[in-house]
Amino acid sequence: MDQPQPMNLPMDAHRRSGAFPPEVIAQIQRTATEGHYEIRGWGAKRDLPTFDDLLFLTASLTRYPLEGYREKCDTSTVLGTRYASKPLQLAIPVTIAGMSFGALSATAKVALGRAASAVGTSTTTGDGGMIAEERAASRLLVYQCLPSRYGFNVDDLRQADAIEIVIGQGAKPGGGGLLLGQKVTDRVAGMRTLPAGVDQRSASRHPDWVGPDDLRIKIEELREATRWEKPVYVKFGATRVVNDVKLAVEAGADVVVVDGMQGGTAATQDFFIEHTGIPTLAAVRLAAEALRDIGMEDTVQLIASGGIRTGADVAKALALGADAVSVGVAPLIALGCNSPTYWQDGSDHDASDGYQALGTEAGYCHHCHTGRCPVGVTTQDAGLEARLDADRGARQVTNYLKAMAMETAALARACGKSDVHNLEPNDLVALIVEAAAMAQVPLAGTEWIPGRQDKI
Amino acid sequence: MEPVILSCAELSTREINAALAALPDGASARVLEPRGRHNLAVGLSNRVRIDIEGNAGYFIGGLGDGPDVVVHGFTGWSVGENLQAGSVRVEGNASECAGASSRGGTIVIEGDASSRAGISLKGGTILVGGNVGHMSGFMAQAGVMLIGGDAGDALGDSLYEAVIYVAGTIASLGSDARIEELTESDVRAVKALAELGGASFGHVQPENVTRVASARGLYNFDALKDQKY
Amino acid sequence: MCGIVGLHLKNPDLQPRLGELLTQMLEAMTTRGPDSAGIAVYADRDPAPAGHEADPGPDQPAPPDQPGQELRYSLRSDETIDWDLLAKRIAAETGRDLRVEPLGSDSAVFVSSAAETSFLAAVRRAAPQVTVPGFGRSMVVVKDVGAPAAICARYGIPGWGGYQGIGHTRMATESAVTTAHSHPFAPAADLALVHNGSFSNYATVRGRLARQGIRCDTDNDSEVAARLVAARMAEGADLADGLRTVLKEMDGFFTLLVTTRTQFAVIRDSFACKPAVIAETPDYVAMASEYHALAGLPGITGARVFEPMPEEIHVWSR
Repeated sequence: MDQPQPMNLPMDAHRRSGAFPPEVIAQIQRTATEGHYEIRGWGAKRDLPTFDDLLFLTASLTRYPLEGYREKCDTSTVLGTRYASKPLQLAIPVTIAGMSFGALSATAKVALGRAASAVGTSTTTGDGGMIAEERAASRLLVYQCLPSRYGFNVDDLRQADAIEIVIGQGAKPGGGGLLLGQKVTDRVAGMRTLPAGVDQRSASRHPDWVGPDDLRIKIEELREATRWEKPVYVKFGATRVVNDVKLAVEAGADVVVVDGMQGGTAATQDFFIEHTGIPTLAAVRLAAEALRDIGMEDTVQLIASGGIRTGADVAKALALGADAVSVGVAPLIALGCNSPTYWQDGSDHDASDGYQALGTEAGYCHHCHTGRCPVGVTTQDAGLEARLDADRGARQVTNYLKAMAMETAALARACGKSDVHNLEPNDLVALIVEAAAMAQVPLAGTEWIPGRQDKI
Repeated sequence: MEPVILSCAELSTREINAALAALPDGASARVLEPRGRHNLAVGLSNRVRIDIEGNAGYFIGGLGDGPDVVVHGFTGWSVGENLQAGSVRVEGNASECAGASSRGGTIVIEGDASSRAGISLKGGTILVGGNVGHMSGFMAQAGVMLIGGDAGDALGDSLYEAVIYVAGTIASLGSDARIEELTESDVRAVKALAELGGASFGHVQPENVTRVASARGLYNFDALKDQKY
Repeated sequence: MCGIVGLHLKNPDLQPRLGELLTQMLEAMTTRGPDSAGIAVYADRDPAPAGHEADPGPDQPAPPDQPGQELRYSLRSDETIDWDLLAKRIAAETGRDLRVEPLGSDSAVFVSSAAETSFLAAVRRAAPQVTVPGFGRSMVVVKDVGAPAAICARYGIPGWGGYQGIGHTRMATESAVTTAHSHPFAPAADLALVHNGSFSNYATVRGRLARQGIRCDTDNDSEVAARLVAARMAEGADLADGLRTVLKEMDGFFTLLVTTRTQFAVIRDSFACKPAVIAETPDYVAMASEYHALAGLPGITGARVFEPMPEEIHVWSR
């Protein structure tokens, strides 16, 4: 009996604190060592009311379904009909959201572009400008105009199919972009007019205009420079959604993009991600109501984003009033983010060492900011980027987007719709009171919508 | 070739810009009665000369990639924003954010510019004969500014690699901006810039300007250093 | 989202044109605010009838609970109202004669020398649906919904004379466009304020004012600033001090144009992110959010045109 016997821990040895669970203890310990909050990628990780808390009331004796394999359910979507002479014609109501080259590897941008072209939708540049490879790969490319204006130039503006003026994003409304030095390679730095290796901090306000009254003049400038051909989107993180939507419309937006708090990023402080903005569930409904309130629901299109994952989410967002959704984290997962393996030289390789080095495992990784992505998606390191195969990645994202569209249509058919855009709030009920209140649909089994006195 | 005459009293902004864009290289145009009109001569890439005969509004010559624009009066916000090539000259004063985010070409303000002149500069050249307001050169990444008069508070806050020369006084420097020794090459550069600026810069003594550049202390985060944000 | 304009005349020869010039400025600012507009116009009115108390001084209002010189009350109702009938009732309640000056079908000016507090209380009692956009010895305030050009036409503003005026055009975000959130806010005699920008701590300041017994009529951020200035001036501060208090206590981005019976003032916050252009000639001082609103003023080509510096208080006095 040389070895000490393990002690039998009491049954309440792992009593978890609600205020100070292990994750919070780790945060405080890290802050004590490093002097700042965790910077990370992805979106809000805590439990929030989401689309999972809504259910569809599909067919019944009084509502007839469409045949799943024979009767057509249209998914085509047009964005930018208000003023632009060349609106975007999409085959599905799902677009790829703005993510920068810099945050993402060039291979990832190309793969996303090819997939979007294959399914008939658009991708979006990010806080770093347009790369030629993405313009070549993506049949429809939305060009972001951000507070930083990194990489923003007239030639790329002219080559774009649409322009997205970014006021903010769901992960960090009010905070500017961030790209840490390890990802600011010569190419990235060159595009952004920065010294290589700096920790890039973006401005949080646009340099040449402030406020909706001056946004109106800026939108006119961009239209004048592009001959009124290209739709102008205005994107903001979901905070004061009703006012923002109405003012963006009044300032001249063709499309408004509302990004809920679950929206992802490749790098920002955890406190921004978790404590700013409102859930996408509430944001979509508020934005749609705002458009209806000013009679613009048929003129200005609404794109909802922020933690959209599946066709069920898409269908619910459409039912709440969106014309389309935008996805960011989800297609990156389809590309390989959080996959335990990566494909290189014709076979699967184990990626666990890479996750381990980041202090995490596949399924939990959110370390895009490090530039050490073990599967080559959010890295600028050539060796790591080589772990992502553009063709294979494109096929995976294509599969994912196609399946998403099919799921959306299947749910729409089951609700008796021949067009996914005919989904409406009436098709939904909520599982929990918060979702009922945020989405303004009745709690399942009741006629109750919190906050409404009148019967639905 | 006679200049094409376009009058804001008769034409919409859209019509004026379409007419300007249609001009062949080498042509010129006069835009009359601007009376504060916004977005004149934006997004043009032809090599033409445009004279705006009066006071103009916001974004004049913005997103420019070729023309030489002269405003015979003053301008509103963000003159020459995101300029890439060519030039914009303002004979009077410019309002806020003059030359915001400009990447190339030259912007000359013969009078004063207001606050945030040269904000987010990305390689362009901005010459101001008079004073600039607070937060000028904010987050200026590349390029050069010559200020013939005084600079307001927080000059060059969060400066990257752009350089700011000031002939007059500086109310205060922004975070991470510092004054550096003038070298021979700076003096030559300022002389050339003043010549480019023209008569309004005649008072600038290249040997006596102040050179403001980044201390590069904020290039990398280090929460354990006493960095000033 | 809005535009502000103001004109302070130095040359009395221009006074007959005040309304015409303000209308032109306001119409230019329709681009910043197409849904509703408000305007405050100051004119030298008839002198007070003999026997009334002496004028208490240029900027000091009469104590609000004392009858004194005649005040003009600009009244507005969203429903049809018999102004003459209402006037008789108010006159009876306050025990003071009341003159009615027509203004529009849903607006009127009541002129009375009753104490300010008792007059306003009488209006509230007799006609709770009537709002009082402003009042004063010299100031008349009009607020209405619709395009600024239509509003000016409806009230005949181009024909109005006066020595100064300020105006505001608004883009509404609430669905039922009412005048409730319209500027100018005129919470004290002859005081009017218009604002472009966004205060970020107005709820806190509103709460503080409420604890001093000062209530806001709306949840509008600009109204809070107006009441803060009025509160300071009621304590004896002058307009510049009142504006200094706003700079000190209120956070956010703002350009303010504020007038009293004798003064015209412009201030901007320290960030100066909301626009402001001032044009001055020997004949007038004009202010607007964008220069093109000033481009039609007489003698503008020779004017000194400048932007107010952050936190500098620019005041012109009669």
